[in-house]
Amino acid sequence: MAQEKIGVYVCHCGTNIAGKVDVEEVTRWAAEQPNVAVARNYKYMCSDPGQDLIKQDIKEHGITRAVVAACSPTMHEPTFRKAAADGGLNPYLLQMANIREHCSWVTVDGEAATAKAKRILGAQIHRLPLNEPLDPIEVPVNPNVMVVGGGIAGIEAALKLAQAGKKVYLVERDPSIGGHMAMFDKTFPTLDCAACILTPKMSAAGKEPHIEMLAYSEVTEVEGYVGNFKVKVRKKARYVDIDTCTGCGLCTEACVVRKVPNEFDRGLSKRAAAYIPFPQAVPLRATIDPTRCLTLTGKKCKQPCLTACGPGAIDFDQKDEEIEVEVGAIIVATGFELWDPTPEKRYSYGKLDNVLSSLEFERISNASGPTGGHILCKNGEPPKAVAILHCVGSRDENYQEFCSRVCCMYSLKFAHLIKEHLPECEVYECYIDMRTYGKGYEEFYKRLMNEDVHFIRGRAAEVTDVGLSPTEEGRLVVKVEDTLLGITRRLPVDMVILSSGLAPRSDAKETAQTFGFGCSANGFYLERHPKLEPVSTVTDGIFIAGCCQYPKDIPDTVAQAGAAAAGALALVDNPTVNVEPTISYIDPEKCSGCHICVGLCPHAAIQYNEEKGVAEVITAACKGCGVCVAACASGVPQQRGYLDEQIFAEIEGALAV
Amino acid sequence: MRYLYYPGCSAESTGMAYDISTRALMEKLGVELVELDDWNCCGATSYFSVRELDSFAIAARNLAIAQQQGDEDLCVICNACYTTLAKTNRYMADSPHVREQVQGALKAVGRRYDGTKPVRHIMDVLVNDVGLEAISEKVARRLTGIKVAPYYGCQYSRPIGSFDDTEDPQTMDRFFEALGADVLTDFPAKLKCCGGMMMLTNATGAVRLCHEILKSAEDLGADVIVAACPLCEMNLEGYQPNVNKAYGTHFHIPVMYFTQLAGLALGIDPKQLAIDKQVVSCAPVLAAIPA
Repeated sequence: MAQEKIGVYVCHCGTNIAGKVDVEEVTRWAAEQPNVAVARNYKYMCSDPGQDLIKQDIKEHGITRAVVAACSPTMHEPTFRKAAADGGLNPYLLQMANIREHCSWVTVDGEAATAKAKRILGAQIHRLPLNEPLDPIEVPVNPNVMVVGGGIAGIEAALKLAQAGKKVYLVERDPSIGGHMAMFDKTFPTLDCAACILTPKMSAAGKEPHIEMLAYSEVTEVEGYVGNFKVKVRKKARYVDIDTCTGCGLCTEACVVRKVPNEFDRGLSKRAAAYIPFPQAVPLRATIDPTRCLTLTGKKCKQPCLTACGPGAIDFDQKDEEIEVEVGAIIVATGFELWDPTPEKRYSYGKLDNVLSSLEFERISNASGPTGGHILCKNGEPPKAVAILHCVGSRDENYQEFCSRVCCMYSLKFAHLIKEHLPECEVYECYIDMRTYGKGYEEFYKRLMNEDVHFIRGRAAEVTDVGLSPTEEGRLVVKVEDTLLGITRRLPVDMVILSSGLAPRSDAKETAQTFGFGCSANGFYLERHPKLEPVSTVTDGIFIAGCCQYPKDIPDTVAQAGAAAAGALALVDNPTVNVEPTISYIDPEKCSGCHICVGLCPHAAIQYNEEKGVAEVITAACKGCGVCVAACASGVPQQRGYLDEQIFAEIEGALAV
Repeated sequence: MRYLYYPGCSAESTGMAYDISTRALMEKLGVELVELDDWNCCGATSYFSVRELDSFAIAARNLAIAQQQGDEDLCVICNACYTTLAKTNRYMADSPHVREQVQGALKAVGRRYDGTKPVRHIMDVLVNDVGLEAISEKVARRLTGIKVAPYYGCQYSRPIGSFDDTEDPQTMDRFFEALGADVLTDFPAKLKCCGGMMMLTNATGAVRLCHEILKSAEDLGADVIVAACPLCEMNLEGYQPNVNKAYGTHFHIPVMYFTQLAGLALGIDPKQLAIDKQVVSCAPVLAAIPA
């Protein structure tokens, strides 16, 4: 091995590192280590002057390897590797030593931190002479994009990409796109009608020639890698030919099964087995519910829908169809579920009439909803008093610990709508804290305070129908501690709205697995970096947007959808993409063909070559996770940049100090 | 089937009927109860609010005796005793500080306890060990048509909830269904506090709480309220005149220990179940049980 010249750069990171670690001492010590030609420290290595130090030393001192002792490589390894490359050094000849997250931030004692920093740095100095120059791997990129989920996030992302001239496949599980937003009446804080601002976008998505709408469809399998995904989509049988159907609705009128709970009205109204979910549906096509249709469930039916349908679009023989689509990038925008308040037994949801979930109230206040937009109790009377209970299933250790971020605002919106419809109605908001953080939100809160809404600070204890006085008899009673007055109160009301939190979709985990990323502890999809890469995932080329990532309001959702579209576009607008060369390789001379690694590879990046009888790594699909390296009984797979001898050298280096 | 049995202080005074009916019921079911030697007060309510560590030590003395006396689980009938004893175990497991202090206190009286004696509520024993099927088979007089309001009380499942849902317990519902009763499964006041010891210090407040429970039961047309705690039973039954005076109501609802009503269903003589000790006459209930 030729004599290597190593440059060592110890970063102060302001006081983040230098506040604990004696950086001068670490630098002095590093200078004495074998192969080290230059050792320096600098206040902020990631700044331009900091990076220039590396470039200068390559030029002036002829250093052949470099190590930056600073933060986590997930933070700035790309920064410094690029600096090395700019200076003329192969980027993979630079290593990071993490003395911030792994050392200064987590060590109380300064001397101990300094000693640990030497070990961490020593490990890298020791392994550097064994580093090999590596070159990025270039793969072609398919310019098409798939967007999964047709709520406002998916629609927005699809439209943006289509505007950029990209072909977009928009996959939606339900018969129509629109998502939750299509169910809302008004949107906070501006009170514009949700349909008025959403339906133009839905319709644009329906008409946009670059968007291929795959409604009533689900993704079943994703294969491939950045720039080159193969996605299997199951198009569920609608039992209606989508090209022939005109969306006239005559089949719906003719259908004899009329008592199916209407999902779009959260079960508050009934629909037929042949149905169009709502008047503005896109695509505006009928669907026949296979679980309720008499013909499709094998019962007798005179099939009046067949007679009613002028163009003859109904086809009871239709079958689910599986198609395969090739795309370069995928945006997953599968949204949320409303937290089901049933487990919170104290609020008697599902037991007592007129205890509603927030989405049920959205439908009741909506002109196209079950009551035609009139706010009415189950007996058809308008309520004289309504209580809105905040934080149901949110900010609650028993259910979901997080704040769902939108409930305070939609609760205020509800109060406003009730006051607008029924000025005499008393409205109580029982809250823990009012969280009105967005643009125009605090102003809206102020406005509601002037609309004679009663704000009671306290989480409601119970909703009961046991009335103890004439004013309570036959009504609902909300028990709540008013923590500002220091008393417990009993609020006699006629309607209770439970401001339920947002929950991850019940199948979020499986969906995340299908696309190859993970979920956070709270069940929402995990972004690559919470601050700097909020729409990327650990799988290159797959992005997330909207409430599937975390609860958010419409403005944030739309912004995130735009960011995801930009992320996808930045990828598919290039003819090729570079993938990391720190991947595994299998020496065919040593491989016994036992198959163990084939099944274990989480990215399906190892295939078995029948002809040669050995396993082979698919270069472009390998993510460099190292599973095969660890699993092989003969130690055949090796990962570039993490070779056994390099790891052993690191261990020796760490223990040598 | 054999258990160590901790009756609790009330069982020797106001809650005597609970103890008597429990022994009769368990004998009928072939369950042997061995009373704990030299047991003391569990340290419930008043102690716990003032000097928590002392009350852990008091409770732990019983557990120490139980551990020494036998390998059987410790069966408890009173909700408050159950919660206190189980809580002591939990705190000793979770907090090294509590464990050390309690063990120190026990050492001073020559006892040792490691914090692991299983504490079981009698309903837990009945439903999970004896089993509803076995109990159902022994029914002599099914409680058909008797509307039973199952009153669990606030400490039955809270805060530990080891054998039932903390906020929506079901075991007593299932138990009386097995005896053929018409259980008021949606009894909204089933977990409401009865006022407990507050009946002695702030009667107005406690009477208000009892009023809500009694009203809720009456609204549902309950023939009888069953309780699993001596204090709950006493407040709901004995203070009905006070509630009536304060609220202008006319409550006269039979309140029984659940063991008494269960005993009747199993054909035990009412005298053996101390039914005559009840304040509100249970005659209508007795008359309504089909022979």
